[in-house]
Amino acid sequence: MAGALPLGDPAPADGLLPVSAAAGSGDRPFGMYLHVPFCRVRCGYCDFNTYTSDELRGVKRTDYAGQAADEVRLSAHVLRESGVAPRPVSTVFFGGGTPTLLPAADLAMMLAAVRDEHGFAPGAEVTTEANPDSVDRDYLATLKEAGFTRVSFGMQSAVPHVLATLERTHDPERVPLVVAWAREVGLQVSVDLIYGTPGETLADWERSIDQALATRPDHISAYSLIVEPGTKLARQIRSGQVAEPDEDLQADMYDLADERFQDAGYGWYEVSNWSTGHDTRSRHNLSYWTGADWWGIGPGAHSHVGGVRWWNVKHPAAYAGRMAEGASPAAGRETLDSDVQEMERIMLGVRIADGLDIRSLAPEGRVAVAGLIADGFVDAAAALRGHLVLTRPGRLMADAVVRRLTDY
Amino acid sequence: MSPKALRAQEPSATDPAFIRNFCIIAHIDHGKSTLADRMLQMTGVVSDRDMRAQYLDRMDIERERGITIKSQAVRMPWSQGADTFALNMIDTPGHVDFSYEVSRSLAACEGAILLVDAAQGIEAQTLANLYLALENDLEIIPVLNKIDLPAADPDKYAAELASLIGGDPADVLRVSGKTGMGVEDLLDRVVERIPAPKGDANAPTRAMIFDSVYDSYRGVVTYVRMIDGSLSPRERIQMMSTRSTHELLEIGVSSPEPIPSKGLGVGEVGYLITGVKDVRLSKVGDTVTTLKSPATDALPGYTDPKPMVFSGLYPIDGGDYPDLREALDKLKLSDASLNYEPETSVALGFGFRCGFLGLLHLEIITERLEREFGLDLITTAPSVIYEVRTEDKKTVTVTNPSEFPTGKIQAVSEPVVRAAILAPKDYVGTIMELCQSRRGTLLGMEYLGEDRVELRYSMPLGEIVFDFFDHLKSRTQGYASLDYEPMGEQEADLVKVDILLQGEQVDAFSAIVHREKAYAYGVLMTERLKKLIPRQQFEVPIQAAIGARIIARESIRAMRKDVLAKCYGGDITRKRKLLEKQKEGKKRMKMVGKVEVPQEAFIAALSGDTEGKEKK
Ligand SMILES: Nc1nc2c(ncn2[C@@H]2O[C@H](COP(=O)(O)OP(=O)(O)O)[C@@H](O)[C@H]2O)c(=O)[nH]1
Ligand SMILES: C[S@@+](CC[C@H](N)C(=O)[O-])C[C@H]1O[C@@H](n2cnc3c(N)ncnc32)[C@H](O)[C@@H]1O
Ligand code: SF4
Ligand SMILES: [Mg+2]
Repeated sequence: MAGALPLGDPAPADGLLPVSAAAGSGDRPFGMYLHVPFCRVRCGYCDFNTYTSDELRGVKRTDYAGQAADEVRLSAHVLRESGVAPRPVSTVFFGGGTPTLLPAADLAMMLAAVRDEHGFAPGAEVTTEANPDSVDRDYLATLKEAGFTRVSFGMQSAVPHVLATLERTHDPERVPLVVAWAREVGLQVSVDLIYGTPGETLADWERSIDQALATRPDHISAYSLIVEPGTKLARQIRSGQVAEPDEDLQADMYDLADERFQDAGYGWYEVSNWSTGHDTRSRHNLSYWTGADWWGIGPGAHSHVGGVRWWNVKHPAAYAGRMAEGASPAAGRETLDSDVQEMERIMLGVRIADGLDIRSLAPEGRVAVAGLIADGFVDAAAALRGHLVLTRPGRLMADAVVRRLTDY
Repeated sequence: MSPKALRAQEPSATDPAFIRNFCIIAHIDHGKSTLADRMLQMTGVVSDRDMRAQYLDRMDIERERGITIKSQAVRMPWSQGADTFALNMIDTPGHVDFSYEVSRSLAACEGAILLVDAAQGIEAQTLANLYLALENDLEIIPVLNKIDLPAADPDKYAAELASLIGGDPADVLRVSGKTGMGVEDLLDRVVERIPAPKGDANAPTRAMIFDSVYDSYRGVVTYVRMIDGSLSPRERIQMMSTRSTHELLEIGVSSPEPIPSKGLGVGEVGYLITGVKDVRLSKVGDTVTTLKSPATDALPGYTDPKPMVFSGLYPIDGGDYPDLREALDKLKLSDASLNYEPETSVALGFGFRCGFLGLLHLEIITERLEREFGLDLITTAPSVIYEVRTEDKKTVTVTNPSEFPTGKIQAVSEPVVRAAILAPKDYVGTIMELCQSRRGTLLGMEYLGEDRVELRYSMPLGEIVFDFFDHLKSRTQGYASLDYEPMGEQEADLVKVDILLQGEQVDAFSAIVHREKAYAYGVLMTERLKKLIPRQQFEVPIQAAIGARIIARESIRAMRKDVLAKCYGGDITRKRKLLEKQKEGKKRMKMVGKVEVPQEAFIAALSGDTEGKEKK
């Protein structure tokens, strides 16, 4: 099942934010995440907050767009009442679950609510995730017309036995088709890949890389398979039915992917993300790593505004109930003190190619950089120019690097 | 239910002719506590209503919690005809680790009940105590217990006992501590067969201390057996080995609750309280006399207990070090044979080097530290005392491998023990193999009954403390029992093997082993550590070395991936909490140079948990 929500402070019923959240908000970009918590079937490895029709406890998918639009309106109200500067959204991201399980018109309606309440900044990026088997050319055209600019396809792999282990239902042959349609209607395209699936060889992975590159997307995300507690995959591994992912092999796979993407003209800009250029990066994705403000709409969605993080009730039924009452769907929140904010800044900042300003680190952190250069985790040339940027081995050790930078 | 005494004999005024002092020699679980329960009941010192199973053991637990005095010796009345006798049942520590203590308890008795499970037969540790009892000229009453058990084979074991101590198998009593069957006969037999104590009531007072325990309410409680003269309350007494003097605040007998008395006379057994808080002022084996008319000659047999086995004790949480010190100080009050001094280890931090009488003593002490004082401890591999002679003719006493001299060594001598192993005869081959691999020399082999064998070996103690018992048990399905006693020293070709992690010596793993086994030890430890130490951000060589010579090596490959490369959505809080948890985890790591070693890895490597699991 979906991973648990964090433990935090209770969130107020009106959703109003503490005054601290408003400070400096005018200078920060603002984005919106819209969660769609539905999937046709649940993939064995997935612990995202998503539900098949059987698990919905009477909630109707057809009601969802309206509830989400209600929260969009609530967001504008709450920000205003909390004294946060009104800002048009620079990025919008529909994620899931499977957003494209809803009719395109529903997504269009939700997006319209965002535009009506907050407005779009010039050149706003509007993305939706999509499963290859849940869209066709018309669907994509409707999205484009509604204002979407990007689509991110869950390709995962091109190899049938890997897709089978992952319990993916789509036909790999469909991926080039949907990517081509998306480009034809004028959408930027990204594909998601997963590496390190039990049974997947380096050669299998290479095939997936090749196939992904052959579709010439604008952007590629490649994630190492994480065995999340509570998932079917975790149980299969525990019972010995499925082998545990091999971290060394995953490291080899990362190396291979980075090399091949680089050669094909895709530069890394975050540990798991590559793009053809600066303007094909996922700006929404980057906003998570750079401390921007965003509001997460929908069950279990997370938000961040000016050092306040909060999260919504998890189940769509609970969410529907809150929206029906006109109450805030927030379940809990935390207000980060300056130490925690600094730790998060480092934790998130080291993952991106733009890196961290070394002068912004505490003296202990600056000293630790020397050891990280010696171990080959930090790019020496960049460090001499004052930037902390991870090398390829360093990216694979990013969490260890963070611990070393903040271990004081 | 029983011929309870009409009127008990009064302490201090009992004619020695009506006193019987005895102990029960039994292997663990052969039923000593249960038999004692029946005796307490039948003699009426504990009413049927107050009776609880394992009555005396429970009092021990209460004593440990500081509530009451241990019933180290119980005085029970027993009538025969018109005569009433005072029976003193004296408890003996159960293991030869404490053989000195055992011998003192035995010295306080004139007789012993040899209690043997009628379904099991005699065990090695019982043999050792039996031997000690015979050394002390005690009258032995052989008894088979648990004859109510369907599996009991009293005929077989009666023959075994008779062949062991001489006599007729028909004279071996058959009882059931559980049902009470035969227990009255046994009490009668005690009166008939065990000699009355002898002593001179008019001579200067001499009483032998056979136990001394610390009680948090009353201070040290000293258990004595009167030999000559008498003791009375408020009298000033003197300990003959230290010449320290104390006032007798209370004197009495346990029955089984402590009952103050007007004094103690010849042959009697009881307790003394002087308000002293440290057992070292009241040592087992010492002689108590009076200050008024002191005896000139102490009773024979007093020796200071000598630790045989040494081990480093370290708190898992370094912050517990002061608590560990305090706990050891407290235990020392009740256990004069415990020795310790501060020690530091690169791997384990601050701790204590402790000396024990044997492995069981070590186990008991660590268990008490953990249970009674709530400490989590790591114990280093037990070591014995080596005498090392260097090229320049200096002799160094080594109780910790780190003290082993680094220069040229001329000779090393190690303690040797006489080990007795008792097992069903089918296991003789595998036991011999094991003993040979532990440098044992067969001294003799004897059949006890038809199917059980006693093997006697001389063996270096160092081999025994190095998980010999575990191996013996696992190779004999738990059927073998072991016992050992010191038999001197021998020279041997011993070397110190060090274990290095990335070039840094891990002192806790250094060991003194026979040259021929150095390689095996090196391989064992390097392999263990390879399995136990998680991969680091760099490659970690693990080496075993004698001096500068590397004899075994392994290496832990560098970890290559430590990042959650997954799509996050916006749940940054979860990611941060994970990081905080990882950092917390790191705090519990011990650093050896740059290498982070989890506490558990040290513990597992020291206890050999890695191979153990595979075998089972
Ligand atoms: N059947 C039977 N069991 C007994 C008898 N005596 C003791 N036991 C059991 O044997 C076990 C060990 O007894 P215990 O008195 O604690 O032995 P100790 O370790 O020698 O003190 C316990 O489970 C007792 O209940 C007996 O006469 N008959
Ligand atoms: C929100 S998910 C789902 C999007 C869409 N429903 C799909 O499956 O294509 C976004 C991406 O996260 C990745 N992902 C999901 N679970 C993962 C896991 N356990 N380990 C690594 N990546 C995972 C997949 O690549 C997936 O495309
Ligand atoms: S389709 Fe995507 S969101 Fe749905 S279960 Fe599979 S991976 Fe998870
Ligand atoms: Mg007992």
